[in-house]
Amino acid sequence: MPAPAPLHLAAEIGGPPHDDPGRLLGLARTAEEGLLDFVTLADSFGGPGPDALGALARIAPETRRIGLVPTVTTTHTEPFHVQAGVATLDWVSRGRAGWRVDVSTSAAENRLVGRRELLGPEAAWAEAGEVAEVSRLLWDSWEDDAEIRDTPTGRFVDRDKLHYVDYRGTAFGVRGPSIVPRPPQGHPVTVVDASAAVSRDTAARHADVVLLRAGTAEETAARGTELRARAAALGRDPGTLRILATLVVDLGDGPAASAPGGGHFGGSPAGLADLIARWHAGGAVDGFHLVPLAPDTGLARLTAGTVAALRERGLFRDRYEDTTLRGHLRLARPANHFATTGGAS
Amino acid sequence: MTTGPTPPRKQIHLAAHFPGVNNTTVWADPRSGSQIDFDSFVHLARTAERGLFDFFFLAEGLRLREHKGRVHDLDVVGRPESITVLNALAAVTDRLGLAATVNATFNEPWELARRLASLDLLSGGRAAWNVVTSSDAFTGENFRRGGFLDRADRYTRAAEFVAAARALWDAAGAGQRSFAWSGDHFAIAGESTPPRSPQGRPVVIQAGDSDEGREFAASAADVIFTRHGTLEAGRAFYRDVKRRLPRHGRREEDLKLMPGVTVVLGDTAADAQERAAEIRRQQISPQNAIHALELVWGRDLSAYDPDGPLPDVDPDPDSALVQGRVRHADPFEAAARWRALSEEKGLSIRQTVIETTSRQSFIGTPSAVAAAMAEFVERDAADGFILVPHLTPGGLDGFVDTVVPLLQERGVFRTRYTGTTLREHLGLTGTGVERSAA
Ligand SMILES: Cc1cc2nc3c(=O)[nH]c(=O)nc-3n(C[C@H](O)[C@H](O)[C@H](O)COP(=O)(O)O)c2cc1C
Repeated sequence: MPAPAPLHLAAEIGGPPHDDPGRLLGLARTAEEGLLDFVTLADSFGGPGPDALGALARIAPETRRIGLVPTVTTTHTEPFHVQAGVATLDWVSRGRAGWRVDVSTSAAENRLVGRRELLGPEAAWAEAGEVAEVSRLLWDSWEDDAEIRDTPTGRFVDRDKLHYVDYRGTAFGVRGPSIVPRPPQGHPVTVVDASAAVSRDTAARHADVVLLRAGTAEETAARGTELRARAAALGRDPGTLRILATLVVDLGDGPAASAPGGGHFGGSPAGLADLIARWHAGGAVDGFHLVPLAPDTGLARLTAGTVAALRERGLFRDRYEDTTLRGHLRLARPANHFATTGGAS
Repeated sequence: MTTGPTPPRKQIHLAAHFPGVNNTTVWADPRSGSQIDFDSFVHLARTAERGLFDFFFLAEGLRLREHKGRVHDLDVVGRPESITVLNALAAVTDRLGLAATVNATFNEPWELARRLASLDLLSGGRAAWNVVTSSDAFTGENFRRGGFLDRADRYTRAAEFVAAARALWDAAGAGQRSFAWSGDHFAIAGESTPPRSPQGRPVVIQAGDSDEGREFAASAADVIFTRHGTLEAGRAFYRDVKRRLPRHGRREEDLKLMPGVTVVLGDTAADAQERAAEIRRQQISPQNAIHALELVWGRDLSAYDPDGPLPDVDPDPDSALVQGRVRHADPFEAAARWRALSEEKGLSIRQTVIETTSRQSFIGTPSAVAAAMAEFVERDAADGFILVPHLTPGGLDGFVDTVVPLLQERGVFRTRYTGTTLREHLGLTGTGVERSAA
């Protein structure tokens, strides 16, 4: 019998108040003690607290292994800044960065910028895909060994290993190269929530990790299969996609209602472990993105109860085997587009 | 010695410039480390904090420089994005101010105001923004809006940008939820404001020397980062800028002038001079000397010997050879100056470049440097200094170990942090919120 595919677990640590770095650090450390693959921090363009990328950068030096995935919106921010910020999170965390791509389609968010026509969800998600694409190109715009420090010729970089990306999107263009050298993971991990139909194409094209709001095991599995098929049709290896079911969990002491309904789970930590084990054994998903209803108490219960129970069953890692988020997810470090195409751009 | 209470002496403000991405860094030195690994940032920031510096400073570039149509490959290049690095540094420092250079042309006020207020919140009140304006089609090719702003417009946009950011910070500080701003460059409104900044407002720094730049600084900045490093130039600049303040309803102490300077230390004066000369030789490699010459001449001069005489051809006034770096305003005038210097002193190309591109430095023994810095500040040539070391990341170790204690002995530099926010370190009274509310 082939070994079962590894189980991947992530947790959301957002929710007000997230303006206290000590609190965020405590939550990230709890998740790290539970050996989770990564934490997410939700955000929006007009969000009230600190921006999620900044908040996770703030705690990066005080955590060691856990992946850090802030929500980053692409609708109003310059793509060049988006990629530089995410690449820098990868540098300061030494290879633990991802980003959860999101869009800003509300009129209220648009008024904060006051510069563009309001984009509908379709257009905004198509643009988000372009931002993901140009980001990868810019992350590759420095080959890994571009910095040479060659004293005899006085050259700091080998300019043949720096590349213009000359990207033309529908609404923007970027010449490149990036100002940030290629980040430690090559490409920080791209996460897309594909629960809504409008984001599915972007997810199939660009995501390393796809989040799907959990329905029944069968529904979720069917949606995952459909996404992998779409990715394959786009020329991607569907085996490089990690599909996680998003589940809002309430591990309070209330009455157990262990069947998830509409992406919710209420019950005991052990009951949740049962559910995760069952779905995973059935091949429905690669793992779960757990959103504790009350992270301050819920996350500790999750790691002490649910994750520990999964570990006891031999279903989840008992130590980190790698130092990077890609490593935790068993995703290879991507080859450099320009190095493999001989630098043609 | 006098008896009785002595008037408090004018205090020196110190900041550390992270040396990456420029031609001041001597990258070929075996002690030169990475300009991108986070460890380098941690080392320099902790050194600055050990030295009780006011702040840690990061420059910005948004496009790799080019020379003769190709990426310029001789200098240190490649850097992380400033605000993200500073957020991470907030975790490994306690008091040090954290200053990010961010362009006002290629950003939008609500978003940048939020990112800076976030840094301020996450660092407990230590954020600063160095507002730069450079806008050219070259840099603009990396951005949606392209390089559409001409010289005159970039400061009007920057001034309105800062005013809008202030309105947002002030609204957040006053507990307001909604705001509206309408001007020539921005028409924005919303139901939410950025997070409340512990300092009231992040500190605003300005770098730029034109009349418009100075006026903008006088109206809106807390600190000016200048290049006027000699005593006389510094005094003239100081007078000029401080005299502009009353027109904007501001007092002299509301704006601190901090030139960027380099410091070279030695056991003796001669030893320090010798080291300084060696550093200049390393900064101006033979390849870099020709490159600097090409910046003035606007021609391919690669056939010339760096150890030989200056070329006798004239500069090309319409050259498109250089991108991403300001060319000399009048190349003929610059070339004439270089020729005169070279003839007078019998200098080769490389020696001429070394002489003409030399930056203001404090060179000497630690006690001579401490005395010179104290004199500068006492005589109103500056309020402090942004130190630009030539080595990453250990370039300030010696200064902090030897010069800082001497400044403290003289009573011109703090012996401990007395406040927690950057505004407090800089002696900027009030948060700005009270002032604007008044
Ligand atoms: C000391 C100093 C440091 C500067 N640092 C930067 C920088 O890091 N990034 C940048 O884009 N521009 C930088 N600038 C450029 C200025 O923002 C400005 O665009 C330039 O000086 C031209 O403005 P001016 O005409 O007022 O002098 C710097 C300028 C000075 C004087």
